[in-house]
Amino acid sequence: MNAALEVSGLSVTQGGREVLRQIGFELPRGVFCGLIGANGAGKTTLLRAILGLLPSQGAIRVGGRIGYVPQKLQLEPDMPVRARDFVALGLDGHRFGLALPSRSRTQDVDAALHAAEAEGFANQRVGQLSGGQQQRVLIAYALVRSPDLLLLDEPLANLDIKAASEIVALLKRLCATRKVSVLLSAHDINLLPAMDRILYLADGKALCGTVQDVVRTEVLSRLYGYHIDVIRVHGRILVVAGGNGREHDHDPVHVSAIP
Amino acid sequence: MSYLVEIWLAASLVALAAGAVGYVVVLRRAAFAAHALPMAAFPGAAASSLFGFSLPAGLAGFALGGAALLTLVQRSARRDSATGLLLAGFLALGALCLSLSGHYAGSVYGLLFGQVFALGPEDLPVLGLSGLCLPILLWLGLRPLVLSAMAPDLMRVQGGQPRLAELAFLALLALAAGFAVPVTGALLVFSLMLGPGATASRFCKRLETGLLFAMVIALGLVWVALGLTYMTNWPVGFFTGTGSALIYLLARLKTV
Repeated sequence: MNAALEVSGLSVTQGGREVLRQIGFELPRGVFCGLIGANGAGKTTLLRAILGLLPSQGAIRVGGRIGYVPQKLQLEPDMPVRARDFVALGLDGHRFGLALPSRSRTQDVDAALHAAEAEGFANQRVGQLSGGQQQRVLIAYALVRSPDLLLLDEPLANLDIKAASEIVALLKRLCATRKVSVLLSAHDINLLPAMDRILYLADGKALCGTVQDVVRTEVLSRLYGYHIDVIRVHGRILVVAGGNGREHDHDPVHVSAIP
Repeated sequence: MSYLVEIWLAASLVALAAGAVGYVVVLRRAAFAAHALPMAAFPGAAASSLFGFSLPAGLAGFALGGAALLTLVQRSARRDSATGLLLAGFLALGALCLSLSGHYAGSVYGLLFGQVFALGPEDLPVLGLSGLCLPILLWLGLRPLVLSAMAPDLMRVQGGQPRLAELAFLALLALAAGFAVPVTGALLVFSLMLGPGATASRFCKRLETGLLFAMVIALGLVWVALGLTYMTNWPVGFFTGTGSALIYLLARLKTV
């Protein structure tokens, strides 16, 4: 299997509603793909179906191991778990029995922490880390079993623009250096130009394309059912939401720039 | 073996089990379940008094039944209300059994607040089993018990079963609570579990160290409580309850 992920004829019904309807797409190896769509479009449903956490119809083929990064952890600041120990749970935390310390185990954990650039706070309690640091620990957790495909469910949702941009840059480096394919669901469409591909969901259907294909005024406006302007200035892309569709008459709700 | 040594040994075994389970209760943020399950053991003790079967069988049987009911209830949409009503139902059932048994007042006091000096040598084997086996089982299951509470989806993706982990946890909690009821009472067993567990979680950065530390704190707490009870003739539950709260308060002040 050449691709990291092949999905064909995938349908998922939840609560009597067909959330995904006969969707199909392919994710090549080492590609960074953004998953976008309005609220309720089925982004989380798609990720959960790929992970096998939801019953679905159709074919999902994964070319190797999957790593998963949820949006956040259920944590108390007091939780006596160091970031390093949490990452080690990614190796065998699901099994009952003693976890005997070994050199290979330590090396795997160190390598994952290094790849996620989380070594600096590896010995701190996970609950006391910032949102961005916790996301790095979750990425290290996902990386510890050397996955071929990394699925991330809105990992940028609670992060400021700097932390979100750093996580996106980290994931891009992982795609390049480890040849991991990344599928990341996101709401902040200003981060999309940093990605290789965009998979967008609307009305139960999915379409996959390059950033140039998708990050366009007419495509994004149609997808979200709301006018969105895409402006290219000095090689940067501005995504402006909240206008009424007429030039020179914007009422921006949210504006930010992509380097 | 002298009577006092038997009491001391029985209470120590209960403390080991309660300390270990309490630590996992804190990690899983399951304090409400830890409060509810001793209530489920209470009618078991009352029923054993009414129908004449053995006290440990009544405690363990009802506590395990309570754990099963709690698992079912926690899947419902209004889980807090349902758990609360379940708790009230356990107390009501216990009150009825005690009333019918004919020795109401003294038994109620002992079962709700503890009657450690009523323990006999026949209780030691069961308490020993609980005090030694429960911490070992929790030690072996510590990682899945924590992971299933922190990130159940991550556990599922790895091939684990968070529901099984939850069921195992509630069963262990039920057994620990059931066996601790004769020592601290249904109301105060909660304090023996939570205070040491919460204190250990503030001081220790590693799971295994925290489990051991919680057991040591619970053991120390029970020893001090027994000593003070012997000297003052005040109830042991009072000393474990206030001591537990005090230890946690000091830990909070120390680690702020």
